[in-house]
Parts: sequence; structure tokens; C-alpha cells
Amino acid sequence: MSAKELQINLEFSAGAELLFGNIKRRKLSLDGTVKWTVASLLKWMHANILTERPELFLQGDTVRPGILVLINDTDWELLGELEYELQPNDNVLFISTLHGG
Amino acid sequence: MPINCKSSCGKKAVLKRPKTGDALCKECFFAAFEAEIHHTIISSNLFRRGEKVAVAASGGKDSTVLAHVLKLLNETHDYGLELVLLSIDEGITGYRDDSLETVKQNRDDYQMALKILSYEELYGWTMDRIVAQIGRSNNCTFCGVFRRQALDRGAKQLGVDSIATGHNADDIAETVLMNILRGDTARLRRCTDIKTGGGDDTIPRVKPLKYSYEKEIVMYAHYKKLVYFSTECVFAPNAYRGHARAFLKDLEKVRPSVIMDIIHSGEQLRFKDSVKKPVRGVCARCGFVSSQQPCKACVLLEGLNRGLPKLGIGKKSKGDRMIANQDREIALRERANLVKNDF
Ligand SMILES: [Zn+2]
Ligand SMILES: [Zn+2]
Repeated sequence: MSAKELQINLEFSAGAELLFGNIKRRKLSLDGTVKWTVASLLKWMHANILTERPELFLQGDTVRPGILVLINDTDWELLGELEYELQPNDNVLFISTLHGG
Repeated sequence: MPINCKSSCGKKAVLKRPKTGDALCKECFFAAFEAEIHHTIISSNLFRRGEKVAVAASGGKDSTVLAHVLKLLNETHDYGLELVLLSIDEGITGYRDDSLETVKQNRDDYQMALKILSYEELYGWTMDRIVAQIGRSNNCTFCGVFRRQALDRGAKQLGVDSIATGHNADDIAETVLMNILRGDTARLRRCTDIKTGGGDDTIPRVKPLKYSYEKEIVMYAHYKKLVYFSTECVFAPNAYRGHARAFLKDLEKVRPSVIMDIIHSGEQLRFKDSVKKPVRGVCARCGFVSSQQPCKACVLLEGLNRGLPKLGIGKKSKGDRMIANQDREIALRERANLVKNDF
């Protein structure tokens, strides 16, 4: 691992993983020379790993309403949502509330 | 920089409640979430001491949280209830068989009795076989009608005093919207009721999570590490509800109180006496409650057994014509057979 990399963990649950190749956990190494926010992470996810029907995950520049985002187990609504700046080893969890009942 | 819990317990807040906008820590959120459900149960007189209550358990997030919270409140507030789990097995391979495993986990975790009732044993048809016969256009109608009655039958077999279902605030707001869009005054009248049924002939249904937001239910399950099943039914999702749901989620983003607002609007609606109300009676064939004669479940079942699956889908007059036609054909064929046998 080089110092020029930003390592973070992604997690998907309650059906959100179905849109990402059915993989529940991923480790990412992002370009550490630039600043990463949740907004730029979502763009990266769209370009690289959102393989199935992006409209079920994204709406405009943000996640579709009904998908909950937790950063290090804290509601992203308390952390500035899209503006939150990702830190090394952050854990970003996406939970779908849109599946099942 | 971390935000502190609003109740000044000194801990770090982990979530923003959509219902109140409060930032709370895990423990204060659990306490608030549970206290509100307790308040709903008490203020609406949902249960009485000594009653036996079936929790309609699908293995999904709502019924899993409902079973967990009811067990907890029953113990901490000494409701004196006997809680049992009631599950319906529609016979959908890759969906219900998996979710029933989750229900069995609930049974073991919560030490509650579990009764599983299958479409196969009740109706002689699994959803897999129904779909094989009718295709995927009206399968949700069959499934929904059969499930409603299956819960009643299961509850009767278990001898329970009421059935608790996991309908949450988002579900109810969605249903209000859908009933307005469809102009369904009969359902609009009933859909916000926290308790339905309960006459001489029906087992009451109660909705203890009526005022609980979906986001909070999911967060509660997440932080409590409750295991639930979250796969969409393998047969076509309910498209109409899907639209109402997406619309509601968009509204909620702009104004989180919209869910409560819609429920309250639904509760306040009053209908003129001149608006026709369906008369609830009992199906002459199966004996379960219905406003039609025979009930929808019996008509759908007759359609399946006659090989006329469209029977209960369209207008009743059309269905009656289909039955009459088939009876005539059968009579003709029987006569032809008789003629042949004479030789
Ligand atoms: Zn607190
Ligand atoms: Zn009937």
C-alpha cells in the first residue's frame, strides 16, 4: 500500500448488494493525491462498480431516497451527506429499505 | 466533528430521526423507538392482559422488528401476552423457502411458538404452480387475496385473540396515496385504522408499527443486529405500489414529516353517509369474512380448479358468463359420452 492511496471499505446490505454484482463487501484503493467526498465516491461507484440498473441506486447526483448511508456506523445525515470528506479506512455502508417487507 | 446526542446523555449521536429531526445516540434511539411503540399500544388499547397474539412473520425487516419489540415490551411492561409467530408459505421457490429460514431463526431467538401454514395445504395450490398456470400478469392478486385469508385461517387454528402485522408508517402513507389515486373509498376509510376487524366473525388485526418510520425500523434492526430477509419476491414486484413508494420517498426527502402528515390526513377523512359502504358478511362457501358472495379467494380458487384462472380478475358478470359457458360445454360433452356409451 502506497501513501498515495486512500483505502476505504464499502458495504452493501438488505438488497443494495444486488446492484453491485451481489458482492456485500469491498476494499477500495482510491487515488490518495486528491480529496474524496461521498459525492465523488458515488461518481466513482457509478463509473466502476454499479453494474445493474444505476437508476435503482442513484437519483441525480445522490443516492435514491430510501437507500440509507452510514459512515463508520453513523447516519450520513449527521456528517454532511455528499460533502463528507472520506478519511483513511472509513467504512461506508449502503442499506436498501426498498426491498422486502 | 461528532454531534452529541440530543438527550444530553454525553454520548455521540449516530442517527438523525426522520420523525423528529433529533440527533440521538444508539441507546437513546432504542429507548425512544420502543417507547413510542409502547405508547401506541397503550393509547390505542391494542391488547388486553392474558391475550394470545399472533405476530404475522414474513422474515422481512418489519415483522422481525415487530416480533423483537413486542417480546421486549411484553416483558418490560408486563403486558401479560402470549406471543406466537404465524407464517404463510406461499410456495415460492427461492423466496419464501429462504425467508422462512429467517422466521425459524426468530422462533429460536425469541423462544416463541411458530406456526407455518402453506397455500398448498389450504388451497391445494402453491404460487409456483399458480404462476405456471396463469403466467405473471395477475399473480400478485392471487397471492394477496390468498394471504389475507390464510392469516385468518392460521389465527383461527392457533386460537389467538388478534394478529399483529408489521405495517409501518411508510406503508400506510403509501396505501392512503394509492387509495386516493384509485378512488377506493372503502379501503381509504379502513387503511389508516390501527385495529381492523374484531366483530363476531373476525379476528382483529392490529398494527403496532403504524407510526414507526421505515428508516427507523431499518436502523433499529441494523444497530440491534437483527437478522432479516430482504429479497424481492421473485414474481413481478407490485408496480403500482412501487410508484406510490418512489413518490413518497421523494416527498420525504423534501419534508420528512410528510409521512405522518399523510397518515393524519387519512385519519381525518370523513365520508358522507351517502357514500356506499360495502356490507361485510360471511362467504357461504368457506365461512370467512367477505363483502362479496362467494369471497374473492373462493372465486380465484374456483378459477384455478376449473382451468379458468381469469375468473376472479375481471368483472363478476364476465366471470359468471365464463362459468356458464364451461358448464354448458361440460354438459354437452357428458351427453356425447353417454351417447357413445350406449353403443
Ligand atoms: Zn443519548
Ligand atoms: Zn370463500
